[in-house]
Amino acid sequence: MTGAALLVRALRDPDGLGDCDWNALIASARAEQLIGSLAFRLEGRALPLKVEAILDCARRDALQARTQALWEAEMTRRALAPLGIPVVLLKGNAFHAAGLSASVGRSVGDLDILVPRESLEAVEAALLGAGWERLKEADGYDDLYYRRWMHELPPLIHRTRDRMIDVHHNILPTTARPKPDAAALIADSVALESGLRILSPTDIIVHAAAHLFADGDLAGGLRNLWDIDRLLRDFARDPGFWERLGERARLHQLRRAVGLALRLAERLYLTPVDRRLAGRRRPSDRLFAARLLARNGWGQPVRPLLRLAFYVRSHWLRMPPLMLARHLWVKAGR
Amino acid sequence: MKHSLSLQIGPVAFRIGSAWPKPLAALADLYAGYPEPDGICDFTVRLEPETAWRRWFRPSVAIHGDYVLPDAAPMSLAHGLLAAEMGMNLQMALGQKRYLLLHAASVEKDGRALILTGESGAGKSTLAAMLGERGWRLMGDEFALLDLEDGRLRAFPRAVSLKNGAIKVMERTVPADRFGPLLEGTPKGAIRHLRPRADALAAMAEPARPALILFPRFGEAAEARAVGQAEVFMRLTQASTNYVSLGGAGFDALTGLVAACPAAAIDYPDAATAIATVDALWEQVG
Repeated sequence: MTGAALLVRALRDPDGLGDCDWNALIASARAEQLIGSLAFRLEGRALPLKVEAILDCARRDALQARTQALWEAEMTRRALAPLGIPVVLLKGNAFHAAGLSASVGRSVGDLDILVPRESLEAVEAALLGAGWERLKEADGYDDLYYRRWMHELPPLIHRTRDRMIDVHHNILPTTARPKPDAAALIADSVALESGLRILSPTDIIVHAAAHLFADGDLAGGLRNLWDIDRLLRDFARDPGFWERLGERARLHQLRRAVGLALRLAERLYLTPVDRRLAGRRRPSDRLFAARLLARNGWGQPVRPLLRLAFYVRSHWLRMPPLMLARHLWVKAGR
Repeated sequence: MKHSLSLQIGPVAFRIGSAWPKPLAALADLYAGYPEPDGICDFTVRLEPETAWRRWFRPSVAIHGDYVLPDAAPMSLAHGLLAAEMGMNLQMALGQKRYLLLHAASVEKDGRALILTGESGAGKSTLAAMLGERGWRLMGDEFALLDLEDGRLRAFPRAVSLKNGAIKVMERTVPADRFGPLLEGTPKGAIRHLRPRADALAAMAEPARPALILFPRFGEAAEARAVGQAEVFMRLTQASTNYVSLGGAGFDALTGLVAACPAAAIDYPDAATAIATVDALWEQVG
């Protein structure tokens, strides 16, 4: 066993690891952005000295990344406070801000926030006024594409802190078939002490599942699925959680993505899940699992055809066929 | 990967994989005499074709690994050795978090270290290589590793990367078997790697206490001026690849270094002047 499969086994059962191909484990964990999570998962276990030194660094690095992520969220809060609108943190930033188990060792890239659609212009203006800059050329194809079809503004980057922010008004592109209820996402969000908000527990799962299985080509999917595992183990302690999750998944038209997320989390990370909500195993589950595990012990992506198929699928999910044709035409012309 | 090699350089072990045998054969020659890592490596570097058919047709080497620059241009296979070197540098610059990394050369005498830092082309590699042949231990020409725990400098004695005019200068005094192949037409002109002396390699695990920081500048009339702590601090934050990402630990290590070491900027028109200036300043801190 090498690469991604070894990484999954180490996360799932840190005590049963024994002596393994450490180079393969570390390279895979770095490639999948799970080195911090792995480092905390293996903390306190008897490991070879060199492995311990590498993971100790990864832990310190993750704590520093956490500090930076929280600071970026705080700077954004200050920039948007005068607008008096709800600002909902999404994904990694939300996990860190709320101190969920999924935040332990988790890397954070961009800051993702959700705001009411009618406030988008005001939010963009406030950010531009507070030191963020446009990354995409204004009024170019990409810029217009984002504004017209995507669920987020074109990314902005902060001039001095060099950090990106993605401002969402929904959790899936406008062109995708499922239409999540953005107003309900915001109405049910939960306030943190800072005044920033996070989605309700059920909506956090729905969003994670949508992000992984209803959008994108599963790149970095092992980390997103690890999030789902940690989140479900936190949230499922609440009585009635699974029923509420089912209701919210239906409301946001994401039953299938949520079912798939539950089945894959169970399959790879042995996450305890609600059988009824997870649904029957499907033959295609194997393909999803194979795609998630398509990395070898050198950290190299493998199974190029399978990867390509999921790449094509991601575009198929994101937009109707004619629009896809036009989009690819413009991109090919560059 | 089809071909692979492990290298121990100071405290850091690299696992280098390649789709072609040639870059690794050149690397094994250049790094002859370095200790073997114990099997577990800090970083993985991969030299591989950008697309499958580029393995055979007009082969070009993409530099991949644990840490990757998204828009790095691939290199010609003839420069595969350089690609391996750049791959290792990249892992250090982006992934090394155990030490504060300074883009600097360093040499040691009597357990104390001299740090030479400056912009590319300032001559720090050449100056360090020359000092390394004149009674100093060469600790490294590219990165100085400042230990976050004890403030000591760790050696990272990769092969010195000599460029253009410096190649001839060193060829005059150093035996031919310590040189790698001459690489012409690289993005930085001609490059030839020089393996440090055997005694420097034997001592690579020994740390040294920083004693003096110099900012050399080649091509100017001879001059030396003291540099104040605030300026040293600012210059070193710019010379560090991981200062920001280390957070408070990086600040503590760097302020500790700056407070403990005198610093000077030295201009020099030629090698003899540079060495005389270094010797004189070293006398003063001794």
